[in-house]
Amino acid sequence: MKTTLTSVAAIVAASPVLAQTPTLNVYTYDSFTSEWGPGPAIEDAFEATCGCDLVFTGAGDGAALLARLQLEGPRTDADVVLGLDTNLTAVARDTGLFTTHGVDADLSLPVDYDDDMFLPFDWGYLAFVADKDTPAVSSFQELADSDLSIVIQDPRSSTPGLGLLMWVQAVHGDDAGAIWEGLADNIVTVTPGWTEAYNLFLEGEADAVLSYTTSPAYHLIAEEDDTKTAWAFDEGNYLQVEVAGILAETDQPDLAEQFMQFIVSDAFQTVIPTTNWMYPATDIALPDGFDTLTVPKKGVLLSAAEAAARRDDALDTWRNALSQ
Amino acid sequence: MLTCDDLTLRQGAFTLRADWSLSPGLTAVIGPSGGGKSTLLSAIAGFLDPASGCVLWDGRNLSGAAPGNRPVTMLFQDNNLFPHLTVAQNAGLGLVPSLRLTKDHSDRVAVALDRVGLAGLGDRKPNALSGGQQSRAALARVLLADRPVVLLDEAFAALGPALRAQMLELVQSILVAAGRTVLMVTHDPADAQNVADNVILVSDGYAHPPQDTGALFADPSPELRRYLGT
Amino acid sequence: MAQRAVAIKAAGPAWVAAALVLALTVGPLVAVAFRAQVGSGLAAGDWAAIRFTIWQAVVSALASVALAIPVARALARRRFRGRAALVMLLGAPFLLPVIVAVLGLLAVFGRGGILNAMLGTIGIDPISIYGAAGVILAHVFFNLPLAVRLILQGWLDIPAERFRLAAQLNAPVWRVLEWPMLVRVLPGTLLVIFLICLTSFAVALTLGGGPRATTVELAIYQAIRFDFDLGRAALLAASQFVLCAVAAVVAWRITPVDGLGGGLDRVVARWDQSPLDWLWLGAVTLFLVTPLAMIVLRGVPGFLDMPASVWTAAGRSIAVAVGSTVISVSLALTVALRGGAIAQVIGVTPLASSALVMGTGLFIIVYPVVSPTVVALPVTMVVNAMLALPFALRVLIPAVQDVRQNYARLAATLNLTGWRGLRIVMLPRLRRPLGFAAGLSAALSMGDLGVIALFATDAQETLPLAMYRLMGAYRMETAASAALLLVALSLLAFWICDKGGRVDADL
Repeated sequence: MKTTLTSVAAIVAASPVLAQTPTLNVYTYDSFTSEWGPGPAIEDAFEATCGCDLVFTGAGDGAALLARLQLEGPRTDADVVLGLDTNLTAVARDTGLFTTHGVDADLSLPVDYDDDMFLPFDWGYLAFVADKDTPAVSSFQELADSDLSIVIQDPRSSTPGLGLLMWVQAVHGDDAGAIWEGLADNIVTVTPGWTEAYNLFLEGEADAVLSYTTSPAYHLIAEEDDTKTAWAFDEGNYLQVEVAGILAETDQPDLAEQFMQFIVSDAFQTVIPTTNWMYPATDIALPDGFDTLTVPKKGVLLSAAEAAARRDDALDTWRNALSQ
Repeated sequence: MLTCDDLTLRQGAFTLRADWSLSPGLTAVIGPSGGGKSTLLSAIAGFLDPASGCVLWDGRNLSGAAPGNRPVTMLFQDNNLFPHLTVAQNAGLGLVPSLRLTKDHSDRVAVALDRVGLAGLGDRKPNALSGGQQSRAALARVLLADRPVVLLDEAFAALGPALRAQMLELVQSILVAAGRTVLMVTHDPADAQNVADNVILVSDGYAHPPQDTGALFADPSPELRRYLGT
Repeated sequence: MAQRAVAIKAAGPAWVAAALVLALTVGPLVAVAFRAQVGSGLAAGDWAAIRFTIWQAVVSALASVALAIPVARALARRRFRGRAALVMLLGAPFLLPVIVAVLGLLAVFGRGGILNAMLGTIGIDPISIYGAAGVILAHVFFNLPLAVRLILQGWLDIPAERFRLAAQLNAPVWRVLEWPMLVRVLPGTLLVIFLICLTSFAVALTLGGGPRATTVELAIYQAIRFDFDLGRAALLAASQFVLCAVAAVVAWRITPVDGLGGGLDRVVARWDQSPLDWLWLGAVTLFLVTPLAMIVLRGVPGFLDMPASVWTAAGRSIAVAVGSTVISVSLALTVALRGGAIAQVIGVTPLASSALVMGTGLFIIVYPVVSPTVVALPVTMVVNAMLALPFALRVLIPAVQDVRQNYARLAATLNLTGWRGLRIVMLPRLRRPLGFAAGLSAALSMGDLGVIALFATDAQETLPLAMYRLMGAYRMETAASAALLLVALSLLAFWICDKGGRVDADL
């Protein structure tokens, strides 16, 4: 209790001083702000130029982030939200909480992406990650026909899980149900989130796990372990594009726009690959190790509107196919 | 003077009536098991509200008074001492229920312990005492509580005959001699014959009026005969 | 004997405590329901989720209790070196964060686990634990120990003289003593475990093998996180309370809820011992200890390399645990002293609360008043206290009854009533159960991820949250060490409180 009181006291005592400099509140997902994430370096870099105090608030994962914004409504303290993905932007747009970002940047995404409200800050390909000596497959059909075991995330509680659902939808459309039925015997289990699934994979519970093509880069660069690889699928791999947006009710509109500009600058983008383990959104030089990563033949992405429109049917198909 | 004025006690289907007065001295309460001996003591102590009538002390109606606010103190068959308190603290509870004992209080506790034969054992916990010593410690507390009425509900039943005789002597010398009214439930008519001034027979739904011990046993009533089996 | 004077009551404070508990369990649900914009009913999938939830909770409770009976019986009639340690260890799985326990279980029963490795060497195909079997296995792992403790208490409450009497009469101990005791103890035990499994989320999903294993709690998670359908979330959470109420009424109809006491050290010397006892004790030890050992083994290598932030988070967790222990034990004591129907209701309501709805509701309540970040730790403290309350109550209620039975009349004649009676009689006599209840609360609070995730930023990170975030940043080895630290702290907290209650406690 004492610790709490002390920290509350510290916040209260500190606020008059902070009031001198403007504060930019950025809501993001947890792993972005953690000491191993991009947060600390980005905070330093932006504060060096903005004459402001940049405060990151972590709020679970991308979906939790949006739920939190909806809970807070227009009264939210957030000026900028960083970390929604394209499966969520349609809902985010409908909340009416966001305004246009006004940034015109030269992005290097593998697909055309144009959104005046949500600005991409990084992206990655969803992929099944496996050990190198596991025989790789190159399509959902081949995976379904194999004896390989996989662990995936639940689309109802996890962003990559929802991405996989959209992936199958995008490349197989009306046949999605048949694909899921084929995959049913390959799926060891469906976990609530990425963390559980990736742990199960590392524990040897499955041959492959749904993650990102950039996951092997972490093992290679941070752990000098080159035994992991990601599978490229012939029909293409689904993209996860992570975006940032400005809240319409922000009390720091200029700072917020300045931050959006900063997002597509090199200072921000160079931090991303080895802290967030994703691809940068602009055309900068990639760190060593990224050249060894699997590059899928093409990126697949449903538009935000399409993803939102197809989600409920896709979920029913998924649930029916896997419940049998 | 302790008075049961047209007292009726009820517990479920069981009813007990009493209508008499009692002078200071040692009175034995005898009677068959389940006859209501403990019920009578409970009512005097304030654990049981009368269905009708009342208990009086020196003409004061005790109805509604909490057990701790009556001129009464009581010892039970067991659990008369708190195991987490020392002997001196247990005895001291009779003096100061808050246990904030001053020097003067402690001295009086020491004197009381000395009188019951526990001099120097005040720092012990009850579980370090023998059964007889535990009874003595409880008596020390009764002594310190200094209430005019003392109820003993088979308080010494667990002790052997010799120890029980010692306790009764102690009760006689420190409580009865000081002019207190002592009611003692016992299963052993010999106890009653040996030490009691008066005897109350509890049977057939009645707590009969106290009678002189000698006279009673010299010419037993039919109820007493039935109880004694003679 | 109907007695008028019952010393040391606390009617007023108990009502305040009860109101507080209801405000914190039902209140958030109401807040969520009020905040709901689009009211939608339950979807078809929700009914399937409710059915599965009931089914798995019933089977898990039955399985846990069925296995607990022989183990409790063996513990009740055997005295051996390490018995106290085993009884203490029995508390461990219950205190583990779900993900840690699941990883520990998988290290033993998983595809790459010890069991399959052993089966492999003798040429047997690997077995898979995913699916209904895995869910039940994990729930049994969590709840078997709790069931053992609850049932063991029933055995220890049978007076030794009765066993001697039965032996002399050559009467069947099982029929005349043990079965009647079980009839009294089992409904309450089944109820508690049923309720714990009712709100299971991560276990059921991770090991369930697919959407068949959808629980109500997952449906709530989806409703809040993905659909932002607060109306549906509130409905689902309300359905959990309804299930809880139905289960509780059924259990109370069969028998009054009975408690687990703090004392577990009275072993009755028995002559009807069976060699099977050792088999049961061995099996349960192996079943519970192997996954724990795997957690330890995994955590040791990186233990000293953990970043300072993990230790800071551990410090916060300790502070939260201390605070919530004080709250939980004071509330439990107040309610236990009052007893009666409120105690029964307060004893189960928090068990049926959805952690996510509780967190969201509190967020909705708190947000207009103060920044959620500022109150993250106090809120966590209070919520953890609520969640520990049912367990603290189960320890304290029978203990209070015991003290009353033995000392109420003595206390009354000595004018030891009210606060004085509490200080001189109740608290000293309750020292051991209070220690046990405090240990349980502290350990439960230490390991609970609960609602903190919604409120906290890095500056309020607790140890379970830090561990979870480490895993999210690929730092599995460091996370394993953090998990070990968490387990160690939970057990230490339990041990200190439990020991503290025993020091110098007479009789």
